[in-house]
Amino acid sequence: MARSIKKGPYVDAKLDRKVAAVTEGKAKKGVIKTWSRRSTITPDFVGQTFAVHNGNKFIPVYVTEYMVGHKLGEFAPTRNFKGHSGSKQ
Amino acid sequence: MARIAGIDLPKNKRGEIALTYIFGIGRSTAQYILDKASIHYDKKAVEWNDEEQTAIRNIINSEFKVEGQLRSEVQMNIKRLMDIACYRGLRHRKGLPLRGQRTRTNSRTRKGKRRTVAGKKKAPKK
Repeated sequence: MARSIKKGPYVDAKLDRKVAAVTEGKAKKGVIKTWSRRSTITPDFVGQTFAVHNGNKFIPVYVTEYMVGHKLGEFAPTRNFKGHSGSKQ
Repeated sequence: MARIAGIDLPKNKRGEIALTYIFGIGRSTAQYILDKASIHYDKKAVEWNDEEQTAIRNIINSEFKVEGQLRSEVQMNIKRLMDIACYRGLRHRKGLPLRGQRTRTNSRTRKGKRRTVAGKKKAPKK
């Protein structure tokens, strides 16, 4: 068993609280703004929209069930390479 | 000739090696299969009798995913990554390495043959 599996998925406590508040109906549904790119997406996150910070702005990420197990940061690219100057296409 | 897992005809090699010609079977899996079928590793693939062949076939069928099925599974996993638009998926789309390797130089396996960029200055002669 890999050490990382033994330790279990990591979710920022603060983000976890925010998600729990929405799923329990205490907070209204909407975009959850977060800087916590390192948090693993758990099954509770499915169907939520997150605004994940990429260092510059917040990228909206709608979580589907296939995304479970990935980290939020994987869906908000930090580099945006548009091609070199003068190159075609 | 031994014909196992559809298309594979491992030739005149030791059984342990011959089995690795099947996509999805490496050295350790091959050894595991032969152990389970109680066949000596050094016995050539052509020397396997029908009984031994069926034993091997049964083990592969029941315990391993090989060839076409395995290939399609790999493709499905890649497709999943691309569909959810995660970082690894994006790298697959662009044909660049996925695991944080440098791309300033090297990475030729993923990037393919060098494409020379017009107008790029050569290093000055000394």
